[in-house]
Amino acid sequence: MSGGHSTYSPKTGIGRWIDARMPLPRLVHDSFVSYPVPRNLNYAYTFGGILSIMLVAQILTGVVLAMHYANDTTLAFQSVEKIMRDVNSGWLLRYMHSNGASFFFIAVYIHIMRGLYYGSYKAPRELLWILGCIIYLLMMATGFMGYVLPWGQMSFWGATVITGFFTAIPLVGEWVQQLLLGGFAVDNPTLNRFFALHYLLPFMIAGVVVLHVWALHVTGQTNPTGIEVKSKTDTVAFTPYATIKDGFAMVVFLAVFAYFIFYIPNFLGHPDNYIEADSLKTPAHIVPEWYYLPFYAILRAITFNIGPIDSKLGGVLAMFGSIAVLFVVPWLDTSKVRSAVYRPWYKLFFWLFVINAIFLGWLGSRPAEGAYVIMSQLATLYYFAFFLVIMPVLGLIETPRRLPNSITEAVLEKNKSGSAHPAGATAAPETRG
Amino acid sequence: MSATDTSEPNRRDFLYVATGMAGAVGAAAVAWPFIDQMRPDASTLAASSVEVDVSSLTPGMSLTVKWRGKPVFIRNRTPEEIKAAKEVPMADLKDPVARNANISSDAQATDIDRTAGEGKENWLVMVGVCTHLGCVPLGQQGDFGGWFCPCHGSHYDTAGRIRKGPAPENLHIPNFQFLSDTTIRIG
Amino acid sequence: MKKILNGLAAIGFLLAGTAGVAVAAEEANHAAEPTHFPIHKPKEMDWTFAGPFGTFDKGQLQRGLKVYKEVCSACHSMNLVAFRTLEDLGYSEAQVKAFAAEYEVQDGPNADGEMFTRKALPGDYFPSPFANSAAAAAANNGAAPPDFSLIAKARGVERGFPTFVFDIFTMYASNGPDYIHALLTGYDEQPPAGMEIAEGTHYNPYFVGGKSLAMAKPLSDGQVTYEDGSPETVEQYSRDVSAFLMWAAEPHLEARKQTGFAVMIFLVLFAGLVYATKRKVWANVAH
Repeated sequence: MSGGHSTYSPKTGIGRWIDARMPLPRLVHDSFVSYPVPRNLNYAYTFGGILSIMLVAQILTGVVLAMHYANDTTLAFQSVEKIMRDVNSGWLLRYMHSNGASFFFIAVYIHIMRGLYYGSYKAPRELLWILGCIIYLLMMATGFMGYVLPWGQMSFWGATVITGFFTAIPLVGEWVQQLLLGGFAVDNPTLNRFFALHYLLPFMIAGVVVLHVWALHVTGQTNPTGIEVKSKTDTVAFTPYATIKDGFAMVVFLAVFAYFIFYIPNFLGHPDNYIEADSLKTPAHIVPEWYYLPFYAILRAITFNIGPIDSKLGGVLAMFGSIAVLFVVPWLDTSKVRSAVYRPWYKLFFWLFVINAIFLGWLGSRPAEGAYVIMSQLATLYYFAFFLVIMPVLGLIETPRRLPNSITEAVLEKNKSGSAHPAGATAAPETRG
Repeated sequence: MSATDTSEPNRRDFLYVATGMAGAVGAAAVAWPFIDQMRPDASTLAASSVEVDVSSLTPGMSLTVKWRGKPVFIRNRTPEEIKAAKEVPMADLKDPVARNANISSDAQATDIDRTAGEGKENWLVMVGVCTHLGCVPLGQQGDFGGWFCPCHGSHYDTAGRIRKGPAPENLHIPNFQFLSDTTIRIG
Repeated sequence: MKKILNGLAAIGFLLAGTAGVAVAAEEANHAAEPTHFPIHKPKEMDWTFAGPFGTFDKGQLQRGLKVYKEVCSACHSMNLVAFRTLEDLGYSEAQVKAFAAEYEVQDGPNADGEMFTRKALPGDYFPSPFANSAAAAAANNGAAPPDFSLIAKARGVERGFPTFVFDIFTMYASNGPDYIHALLTGYDEQPPAGMEIAEGTHYNPYFVGGKSLAMAKPLSDGQVTYEDGSPETVEQYSRDVSAFLMWAAEPHLEARKQTGFAVMIFLVLFAGLVYATKRKVWANVAH
């Protein structure tokens, strides 16, 4: 595992001089060069690295866009168009930033799903998982406030609807909403504070990412088998093995990202956001950005009162609950086996959950009427049942497949049975867990 | 875990170097838009020419217009000012170069070369920014009756030439032309 | 155990299936009184600017500008587009200057503190036909004509599932121009029997906001004279002005696609190199 002694030994005099005073190179060496990672990590495990690249890319493009953006309701829309039309390379930077948000979320969803599939949240990695949930929450807040800044119709009405959630809180709801808006409706004070916070939050995300990586380096990575590292033969050095594999995944991810930026930059956006905000005219269908759609569907699925809770508060509670439930996942899963690879039934329910989540996303983009409402309610039911019923119950009644004794054994077994190449010389990219 | 590959060291090394180089090229290419966006944008460059109507300027009157965010002095000089400027011996000039963007860069700072030229010697068009550290000089002041910069005490004469004080160069003359007798285009 | 789970799964699928059928039934039942707009989806056109190597047809943009100037600009502003950018359409600096000079813009205040009008310069933007949006609304039965700077990106008919998935691979990004073209050529269709059209509005089955809109049919054959011999038909006018509006909304489209090609080539080659390196590094490690 990690910890233990450091293998860093500076070769030059300057290196020794720095190491004696501030051992930053040693920290980097121990964390990203000699750090041992399980040898059987597949490409699903490359998204952590991809996410850190995306965070850096978003911060860099965001900082340069802020050099041209005018934070005022009378100028915001025009200043964004000035970036698109007049600023040198402005269109590129702006499309990088707007599509970058989407690709950040694509990566984080794959990252979360990987965690759910391989049981990465289970002891002793509960804190690592919770820190990840906090990062995700911060990302959602950042993404939402960023979407308001271009001051298009969807910006404005999205902000109106989302801050409206808080009016569902009994007694203090209205007060909280006015506190957020700085007025009675979304207006200049709202835009100003959203810009300030949109600039701040990514740095807070970066801070929590440091904690996330720290926690990761204490417990070590999980791996597709879910078995902890037992000996040195179970691991390889982070560099070059993990770095080059992460690097390849990053380049492929960036290629897809670039395809969207250069060929279909508005595919993931909404046409209405190219209309300047008008506080007197609501668009026919208000939809949030695609990455919030599953939660939006859950919000709208609660169309009935539950005892003393009216449907408005119920919807808001269900929506926040759908995220809050993620925080307690480590304690909901009762299974002794970590990875879904050895849990046939969990595997089935997991993939149903993924399909259900995508389905919820699609429902979120539909108008809230007729059969869509019923489908949203069923999908919402499955969403919560997966966490609150299936996870705890399945862990107690499911019979897992036989676990290998170690990572090394699992790797050798796989290569013996699944590969025509001579053992030990194969390097085919694995696509399965 | 040690995994040293001793076969084909050359081919392997070449691959590593090529990959590293390609990565460096990619990173440099990505850096470009981040630098490029700092250059003046298209709307800024487009506003870089202004047309000024000078029909209302009688001798002894000045006009200040904004061009590229800086003041430009347009002065219809009085005969006395022209005479005073013409009488200055070239040897007295601190900066002997005309600093006139409309003529060659090594032209002498004679009075005629500081103005709009033959027949329009009464017209002086200058960027109103002190060549010392960028303050705006005050008109018709100072020891030479031209311009005086209050920040650090530079004195310019009636042809805008530096005569005394810390400024190193004569006031700069931008590209301009008379579109008609009463209209000047700057830039 | 297994039986229970299988049963649950079956119930789940059954419910989802019924719901799907219900939706399909609901959507089929609206001939005379439609509830979802537009009534017809716009026809997909061939645009020169579509696809990975798309470029604008400068002749078409010039014709489109003419249609905008002679017809649309009577009501529709385009206030994010500067005259100087018309050089993209193949005009010289002098031609742009002459074009701009045909417009008057307000400037000032002058030395007396008065606002004044002057001939537009290339650095100015297309002036609005109305003083402000209230005046525009008042002159048009309360419906202010939208600004045209971004209209080709601000309009688009939802593609629906599964078309929107295929759009990723076909690079379909012409929702806006397809919609504008469909709307402009869609006025001649007659409303189905029994449909009520509100007073002062005009039936158009391609309109995204309802069954009819406040704008009357704006174009008619022969209305704008073309010097390059292109047909002077509503169809041709609509295509040209749609292409022009796409340029107005996305002036850097060509640069974007050209840069994109270089970037994609680089990334594919680089991915190959990194993959080869990755294989070399992992060659002797079973994983």
